[in-house]
Parts: sequence; structure tokens; C-alpha cells
Amino acid sequence: MSTLAFILLYGVSYGLVLCLIALGMLITMGLMRVVNLAHGAFAAIGGYLSATLIAHAGMPFPLAICSAVVAVAVLSLAVERLVYVYLYTASELDQVLVTIGLDFIVVAALALFFGPDVLPTRLPESLAGSVDLGFRTFEVYRIVVTIVCIAVIGALWLGFERTTIGAQVRAAVDNKSMTQAMGINVPRLFSLTFALGCGLAALGGAMGAPMLPLEPMWPFKYLILILVIVALSGSGNIRASVGVAMIVGIVETAGRYFFPQFAAFFIYLLLIALMIWRRDGLFARRRTA
Amino acid sequence: MSPLPRSSILSRHRFNLAEPLWWGLALGVIILFPEYLAVGTSVLVMVLFVLSYDLLLGFAGVLSLGHTVFFGIGAYAAGLLALAGWTEAVTGVLAAGAISAVLAAALGPFLLRLRGLPLIMITLSVGLVFFEAASKATWLTGGDDGLSGIELAPLFGRFGWGMYGHTKYLYALGWLFFLFYLTRRIVASPFGVALQGIRENDARMRLMGNPVLPHLVVAYVISAAIAGIAGALLTQTNSFVGLGVMGLDNSIDVLIMLVLGGVGRLFGGFIGAPVYMLVKHFASLWGPYYWMFMIGALLIVVVRVGRGGLLGIIERVTDRLTGRGVNR
Repeated sequence: MSTLAFILLYGVSYGLVLCLIALGMLITMGLMRVVNLAHGAFAAIGGYLSATLIAHAGMPFPLAICSAVVAVAVLSLAVERLVYVYLYTASELDQVLVTIGLDFIVVAALALFFGPDVLPTRLPESLAGSVDLGFRTFEVYRIVVTIVCIAVIGALWLGFERTTIGAQVRAAVDNKSMTQAMGINVPRLFSLTFALGCGLAALGGAMGAPMLPLEPMWPFKYLILILVIVALSGSGNIRASVGVAMIVGIVETAGRYFFPQFAAFFIYLLLIALMIWRRDGLFARRRTA
Repeated sequence: MSPLPRSSILSRHRFNLAEPLWWGLALGVIILFPEYLAVGTSVLVMVLFVLSYDLLLGFAGVLSLGHTVFFGIGAYAAGLLALAGWTEAVTGVLAAGAISAVLAAALGPFLLRLRGLPLIMITLSVGLVFFEAASKATWLTGGDDGLSGIELAPLFGRFGWGMYGHTKYLYALGWLFFLFYLTRRIVASPFGVALQGIRENDARMRLMGNPVLPHLVVAYVISAAIAGIAGALLTQTNSFVGLGVMGLDNSIDVLIMLVLGGVGRLFGGFIGAPVYMLVKHFASLWGPYYWMFMIGALLIVVVRVGRGGLLGIIERVTDRLTGRGVNR
């Protein structure tokens, strides 16, 4: 019982951080139709930035994360104008190639500036301890991360469903040229959404650094887990991706716990099976005929 | 018969003046750079691997990030066959190619239904599952240590494998020559044209009554067989097979080589593989992560500037010089 609760709590906090990163990608992919394999690179930059701000500038944990998120969002605006604008009309192959190229450049730059080894992250005193939840003790850090993730994802969902900008984004997802014709500035909407997506990635990367250790190969190493969630959540559905992320987090944690030797198998076999069984996404409605 | 326009689907795979030049250069390496024959052999193997990938991506339009599975299966199959006592080289290669083909025939019908991101994802996952399996099944693959001590009987019973690598180089070159012309026949056949139709518009091909999925599966099987042969050649010429043949970076390498050379021309690998391996070699001399930076920048530049890779750039330059194809 205690083991089960442990796996559930660990899996949920892990899955939610992945979900935060994946949501950014899901939004940009749904809106811009770009297979952005460089999404993980923005998360890694966010993680490295916040770790550096904490270690060298002595910033408190929350402030460092916020600064990193803002910095990455600004950086992504520049990258969007320089590189991604050309990808909106490009073929899928070109999108894959350019974004893999960006990944390579970021990996090389991270290795150059921070060295090839894992960058240690220090948690502040207030988060480093454990708390007794009644049935077993649990790290404060993971609980805080879970709460923050739920809050951010909830805010995101509200923003998309209830605000004017959210409605504009949803309109642009459904029909880009019609939205443009209605007088909504779609290119600016693209830029802002892209910055939002990359900011979410940076938040996930910075907050999740103790769970997903920072190393130069980060953009490739965790890309696959992120892509699993994106591929299985179908087209731009926030609720579906939260569900998928939970499953991925729990399966991954359980796999590591029970069969540490064969952990990597489970998540990929799960993905292959699910992709073949439900190719439009795990919670998509079945098409008739 | 009136000459076909240069951009026609049927005119693209005619004999080309640059071809004898390339084969001549490849032969010239034996005399000019005998000390680089071992490197040359591995370049030839990669050219063959890229050729198999071009058949899949450039002609069938299937973007797979797990193609090295078939390369790796072929490599391990050739190694295990040789260690088990089947030391005849040519049949060993054919058997390894056949094993890869069988695997592709089993996987293809499931994978090739998907398109876009799901296809990328599932091929990526299949590649990772096979890598994990190969690294855990140490009793079969040797795990991290790989399989070594692979010895072959003399080629055709006459030519020893020797120290200087002439036999290995010519052997790989012979396979490449044979498979290149075979692939060219396949691409120019009605089947090959149907594949290109699927690449351009699969819904329309389906409406015209073409069996899209079976066509794609056959292309996948042929491509996997050639990739398996390339893997087997790597094992035979290195006398060793390690986990690297299954690695994700190998799948990405082959994609980059093809794109650098030019997709959908069959010649992509002939230019892309040597260029990529040279860049990787020299850039990694400067610093371990430097080549990643170079390759990343090169990828972006090739996609942004040089449509159709290096071959596309060469073609445009020669068109400009000869005044041909201006109105295209």
C-alpha cells in the first residue's frame, strides 16, 4: 500500500513536470503545425539559467525560476522571428531537420559553457526536507512542484477556454486564414504563443531540474518522453495531455521501481502499443467508419 | 521518341556523366590513398546505408527515425553467423539482409499506417526498444563489449582478407555498385513511380485504386534489406560489431548525410556520407562538441539555402553555367 502510494505520488509529480513541458510543445504544434524537436532545448536552457542564477547570482529559488522563464520567452521570440517563421510553410522533413539542427547547436553551446557533466542543483532549505503525509514521508519539493504544476496547468486551461486571447488562439488552430480575415493578427498570435510555449518549457526545465538532471544532452534525452505525451494527447487537447502525462509518469516510475534493469522498455513498449491501438491520441473519440 | 523534360519523373534516373567520375574516384582511392582504405570502406558502407534510407524517405516519403534497427540487425546477424561457423562472406551478407527484410515485413504493416509526428515517434521508439534489447541481451550481442573475433573464409574461396584492406574495400565497393543499380531499376519501375506518387499525394493514389499500404510495406522491406546488407558489410569489414550500430545517433547520422547530399536522387549518400564523415572527423579534432555545432549549423543552412542539399547546389550552378533549366 505504502509502495503504491509512493509510486503514485512520485509518478504524478514527475508526469506533471513533463506535462508542463509537453503542453508548451502541444500548443505550438497545434497552432503552427511545426514538429518542434527543439522544444526540449528551451527547457534545458531554462533549467541551466535558473541553476546558474541560484548558484552564482545568489537569487532565491522562485525568483531565479521566474527570471529564467522570462529570459527564455524573450529568447524564443528572437528565435521564432529568425528561424521558425520559415518553417510554417516548410515540409515536415525540413521542420524536423532544422529543429534537430537547433538541438545540436544548443547541446554544443551548453557543453561549451557548462562542461559536459551533470550540473548539480541545490534546493533551498525550505524545500529540501521531507514531510509526513500520514502513510509515509514525502519530499516537500515534489509536493510543491505538484501544486505549482496543477496551478499553472489550470490557469492555462482557463486562459484557453475563457479569455479572448484563448478564443483567438483556438480560432487560429481551426482555421488560420479565416482568423486572419477576421482582423486578428495571426503572426503576432504565433509569436506570443510560441513565447508562451517556450516559457512553459523553461518553467518545467527549471522546476524539474532535481528530477530531470541538467546535462548538455538534455534536449535529446528527455525529448522522447515529451514527444510521447504530445503524440498520445492527440490534437491540442489540454485535458487529454494531463491524463497521458500522468500515465507516462506513473508507468515510468513504476518501471524504474520494480524493474530498474528494464525501465526504458516499458515506456516505449507502452507508446508503441498505444500508437498502434489509438493512432489519433489516447482519449480521442473514435472515428466512425 | 521526343526527349523527356528534365523534371519528368521518368527522366530523373537516366545515366549521368558524373557517375563514372565517382566510381573512378572510388577506385582511385586504392592507388592514391592506400593508407585510408579502412576509412574508405566504412564510408562505402555508410553510402550504402544512406542509399537504403533514400529509397524510403526520398521516394516513398516515409520519415523514419529508427532506420538503424535494420542496419544493426544486419550487423549482428552477420557477426553471429560468422561466429557460428558460417564463414562464407557473400551468403552471410545475403542472409543478414534477409533477416532484416523479414523484420521489416513484420513491423511495416503496423508502422506505415501512421504519418507525420506519430510515425516519427513510433519509429524512434522502435529504434530505442531495439537498442535497449541489444544492450541487455549480453548473451547474444555481447552487450557493451560487442562481438569480436569474427573471421571469414577467403572471398570466393580465393581472395584472402589480408592486412591492407584491398579486398575489403573492393568487396564493399562491389556490393555498393550492384545495389545502386538494382535500386535505380526499382525506382524507375512502375512500382518506383507509384511510390513517388504516394509521396506526393497518398490520398489521391488511394482514390486511383493503388494499394498504398502494401506498396509502402514492400518499399520498407527492400530498404530494410539493403540497410541490413550495409550493416553486415560493416561487421565483415571491421571484424567487430558493437552497440553503436543500434544507436539513435546512427539513425540521425544517416538522415543528416542524406539531407546534406540531397534527398530523392539516389546520389545523396555518395556525396553526403563522405562530406559528413570528413566534417565530423575534422571538427571533433578541434573539440569534442564542436562537430555538433558544425552539423547543427550546416543542417539549418542546407535547409534554408541549399534546397536539395549539396547536389541541388551543384545542379543549380551547372544549370546556370550551361544556361539550362532557366525556365523551370
